[in-house]
Amino acid sequence: MRVKVLSRNPDDYVRETKLDLQRVPRNYDPVLHPFEVAREYVRALNATKLERVFAKPFLSSLDGHRDGVNCMAKHPKSLSTVLSGACDGEVKIWNLTKRQCIRTIQAHEGFVRGMCARFCGTSFFTVGDDKTVKQWKMESPEYGEEEEPIHTILGKTVYTGIDHHWKEPVFATCGHQVDIWDEQRTSPKCSLTWGFDSISCVKFNPIETYLLGSCASDRNIVLYDMRKSTPLKKVILNMRTNTLCWNPMEAFIFTAANEDYNLYTFDMRFLESPVMVHMDHVSAVLDVDYSPTGKEFVSASFDKSIRIFPVDKGHSREVYHTKRMQHVITVKWTSDNKYILCGSDEMNIRLWKANASEKLGVLAPREKAAMNYNQKLKEKFQFHPQIRRIARHRHLPKSIYCQIKEQRIMREARRRKEMNRRKHSKPGSVPFVPERKKHIVAVVK
Amino acid sequence: MAAATAALHALAQDGAALDKDGAAHNKDGAHASLNTRLALHQDGGSALNLFPRRIALIGHALPALHPDWLRLGKWAWRVHMAAMAGGVSGRTDPFPGPAPVPRAGVKRFLRDSGEKAPRAVAPRLRWHLKNLGIREKSAAEKAARWEPLLPEEPGFLEAGPGQDSARIPQSEIAQNVDINSATKRFELRLEQFGPYRLDYSRNGRQLLLGGRRGHVAALDWAQRRLLSEFSVGEPVRDIRWLHSEALLAVAQRRYLHVYDSQGLEIHVLPEFQGILHLEFLPWHFLLAAVSDRGVLRFLDVSEGRAVSSLRLRCGRAAAMAQSPASANVLLGHANGVVSMWTPSTEEPVLRLLAHRGSVRGLAADAAGRLLATSGLDRKIRIFDLRNLGVLQEWGVPAGAALLDFSQRGLLAAACGDLLQIYPKLGSVSPPRPFLCHRLPGPARGLRFCPFEDVLGAGHGRGFSSVLVPGAGEPNFDALENNPYRSRRQRQEWEVKALLEKIPAELLTPDPALLGRVDGAALEQKRSDRIQRLGFDPDSQPRFRPRRRLKGRDPERRRRQQRHQSLRAQIQKSLEQKEKEKNEEEPPRKKRKILQKSGKKMGEKSQKSMKKKGENSKKMGEKMGEKLQKSRKKMGENPQKSMKKKGENPQKMGEKMGENPQKSMKKKGENPQKMGEKMGEKTPKNQEKGEGNAPKKGKKLPKNGQKTGKKPQGGGRGQKGGAGPKLGGGTPKLGGAPPKKGALDRFKK
Repeated sequence: MRVKVLSRNPDDYVRETKLDLQRVPRNYDPVLHPFEVAREYVRALNATKLERVFAKPFLSSLDGHRDGVNCMAKHPKSLSTVLSGACDGEVKIWNLTKRQCIRTIQAHEGFVRGMCARFCGTSFFTVGDDKTVKQWKMESPEYGEEEEPIHTILGKTVYTGIDHHWKEPVFATCGHQVDIWDEQRTSPKCSLTWGFDSISCVKFNPIETYLLGSCASDRNIVLYDMRKSTPLKKVILNMRTNTLCWNPMEAFIFTAANEDYNLYTFDMRFLESPVMVHMDHVSAVLDVDYSPTGKEFVSASFDKSIRIFPVDKGHSREVYHTKRMQHVITVKWTSDNKYILCGSDEMNIRLWKANASEKLGVLAPREKAAMNYNQKLKEKFQFHPQIRRIARHRHLPKSIYCQIKEQRIMREARRRKEMNRRKHSKPGSVPFVPERKKHIVAVVK
Repeated sequence: MAAATAALHALAQDGAALDKDGAAHNKDGAHASLNTRLALHQDGGSALNLFPRRIALIGHALPALHPDWLRLGKWAWRVHMAAMAGGVSGRTDPFPGPAPVPRAGVKRFLRDSGEKAPRAVAPRLRWHLKNLGIREKSAAEKAARWEPLLPEEPGFLEAGPGQDSARIPQSEIAQNVDINSATKRFELRLEQFGPYRLDYSRNGRQLLLGGRRGHVAALDWAQRRLLSEFSVGEPVRDIRWLHSEALLAVAQRRYLHVYDSQGLEIHVLPEFQGILHLEFLPWHFLLAAVSDRGVLRFLDVSEGRAVSSLRLRCGRAAAMAQSPASANVLLGHANGVVSMWTPSTEEPVLRLLAHRGSVRGLAADAAGRLLATSGLDRKIRIFDLRNLGVLQEWGVPAGAALLDFSQRGLLAAACGDLLQIYPKLGSVSPPRPFLCHRLPGPARGLRFCPFEDVLGAGHGRGFSSVLVPGAGEPNFDALENNPYRSRRQRQEWEVKALLEKIPAELLTPDPALLGRVDGAALEQKRSDRIQRLGFDPDSQPRFRPRRRLKGRDPERRRRQQRHQSLRAQIQKSLEQKEKEKNEEEPPRKKRKILQKSGKKMGEKSQKSMKKKGENSKKMGEKMGEKLQKSRKKMGENPQKSMKKKGENPQKMGEKMGENPQKSMKKKGENPQKMGEKMGEKTPKNQEKGEGNAPKKGKKLPKNGQKTGKKPQGGGRGQKGGAGPKLGGGTPKLGGAPPKKGALDRFKK
């Protein structure tokens, strides 16, 4: 007879001293782990709830401006530095780690309309209502030295925006026309016009660095090639575009913030219809900025909120607002992909987390593992109705909430009317127009 | 993973030593599992087989082996191999690539999704699903590789030659095992307090005894430590540990009581009256109790809330069990029915006539596949819970009162005072018990101890703990049930378990249901959306390639080819028809007959004629004759049948005599009606100018009449666009005559 009975040595399963970690032998036999789907579902539900519990995105407010913040610029080399220009012509440089203003310049008389840093990070440019373009040193002046611009260019008309080339000492301004300047000269290298209207924004493409995009108040978005003396092509939309931003990862893609509450992501090659229409704002969208990964962008709106949109989704994944934040005029996504800065009418710059429930600081390896596991669970069960409801829920101020409701009703009525018209007219005479094509008037080359 | 790699290295060293010694082969390795062999190998190195040797050799030949190659996968392995191929030392691996994994082992870890998902349309989704499949498979492979490295191996009992294992007494088993295991066989003499019910805690450390006459005892049986002992002063009908060894539920004569392990009464639940049996569902924190009034109640012990109470309507429940894999409660009734219950449905999810006469014992196995029942008809039946078929049945002389499955699938049956333990159910039918043990009295409680080779039985004279080699799962998972957990670990586990308590609503007969796509609801949602929007937003317009004006246009070329081949075909058929025409011109008479028969035959025969063309004419004749004949027969038949039957000939005659006329009428009408229905496909009917011939017939083009062609696409009555689809006919009424080539087909 041969016999063996289970007999474990407790020493193999119990820690030796109290300083050791507990031993955790594992066995992955599925029979020992029943209800895995149901248990994972409950874990995912808990993770989703915790995510909402820990969603505290607001970090701090940088106050010091004496008028509404009109424009901001990121420092290309330093993560902790950000520049802002206000409506009273004041420019401030902030240190984000200390959350302090480190320098103040009275740069212009009237608004600071636009500002940008040079690609090397040694100086920055501002344009203002006083028809000047000024170049400033990034470093503060020495003791006894006066706060003076390095260069000042006096123009004939008001400049409304400025952007610097990503590699060369060239910058572009916009106003009545798009001017391309050499840093060494006081007159523009070339001026590009298409029609006569004020251009509100000009942006260099960060990848195809010779390309420029601009938006004008005659409702069009115009694309230029710096090497040619004429514009490339333009697309006319239903309403005015306020700003545009190029995707830093995909050379052809840019997103335009429009007055009709929507954002449009275009493929530069096919302007006939946007790649995606992003709708959620309930008032004009004033500014947009891409995350450095090119997967998401943040938009600032006149409805006193900022929203984060995934590039390939039609609706926002996140909305930030506070009681005191007024119309948000400018917004920036920091280069480390972690924070969002927004400048608003009531003279404050606010610092937000890009991921509302993210834990800041260094994570322990086990924390990191748990976080990854929860993330995966949330992803796996994201379409279950209960989980989706919790994950999507956001508290909104009453004004926005009511307006969303109102607009939904309006949209529904419009749709119903169109459906009825289609029903009672000759088949084919009322065509289906997809949402993407509704807002485009024409493309001109 | 660290443990795995450490074990690998240990193996590697052993293997190296062995290589020098030379290969020693395992002679009695026939029944020893891979596990056993590995362990033997680790211990003394007396056995050597392919698998460890392979690892050993690799480890030996490649001292620079990356310790994490298992984790890094195939790619890293290849890179590593490429680096080693030319090798620094110049030695090459005789067994390149990762060691093979047994397929059956991998399959055990793969999750059966139940149904195959339809092919995803979106490329990104398809890519995602494909990746998911690959990842799942690699995870299963990893788990399968892990398995031979588990530290413990299951117990076994083998009789010697000419010996019957069922006759081996416990004393002999106890003599042959180690001292520690021998102490697990013991008897508790508790003769005053009547037959005992018992329960083991989930990790197998604590034992709970409930005597009929009110004695309750909780003990740490492995350490022989009494946790508490008290008398409830009432008959105890059933007793159960709750989620941990801190709480226990006792079904007393009147109410259900909850005590803590020190014997302190925590709750009395007066709504749970006259409880007969208890079951605890640990993942859902539900205590199921069935009362003598035929009500099944579920209590959520984490909230102290009664979740549901269900009327059984099947009479008194004679036995109760739970299916550990699906957490459904199984009840055996006095009428021989076994029913399965979840808290969310009023009706049982399953009802099964298992026995003639009352059901006495019930047990479901850990994997949720088998259900064992025993009844008053002195039979034990094994059902497959997936298709509810009887897998095995056999008779037991005294009949089994209690049944229980062990973790490794052994079945214990208490037949009076005799305990029979059957091996894992296989193809041998009827199975023979491999172990028997006689108790001092008839059993009233029977439970296998989890993670131990021990079977506990409560009886009239106390409690017996019996050694059953091979019953318990050797390797526990410490994150689920850890027999060696400390107090802090238990507390932490309790918090985690409460956090991921599965709500009672999610309790379904199929535990994997939550992970499946609800196809019906999805389809419903989609159709609702289409209705709301007035169009299908997901439907993509058909891709049409841009027409190229210059250069080689594949589309144009294809079109030309198609055109040419069509032309050749048409020409061929034309020629053939010309030939046939010349050969035999059918005489005029035949055609007339054909037309007549056609009318008689009505719609169908004409159709078939037209389809078949020339041949069908003859067929038409035949068919016409046949029809006439059959009609004659019909006319005659009633008389004949009357004569035969010779009863009420007149009445019958009236009835039956009318029939053929009716039928004739019907048939006579048929072509007309059909003509209407079919969109006036038969011009001949319209030519006849019958009263109810439709108006549209008049508008039909002339060539349609002449050629006997079916002018299709009936006009306004039909939905637009149906006409042109039907073939090369006239697309619109009164439109241009159809193309010549297309018409040729129908000329005859």
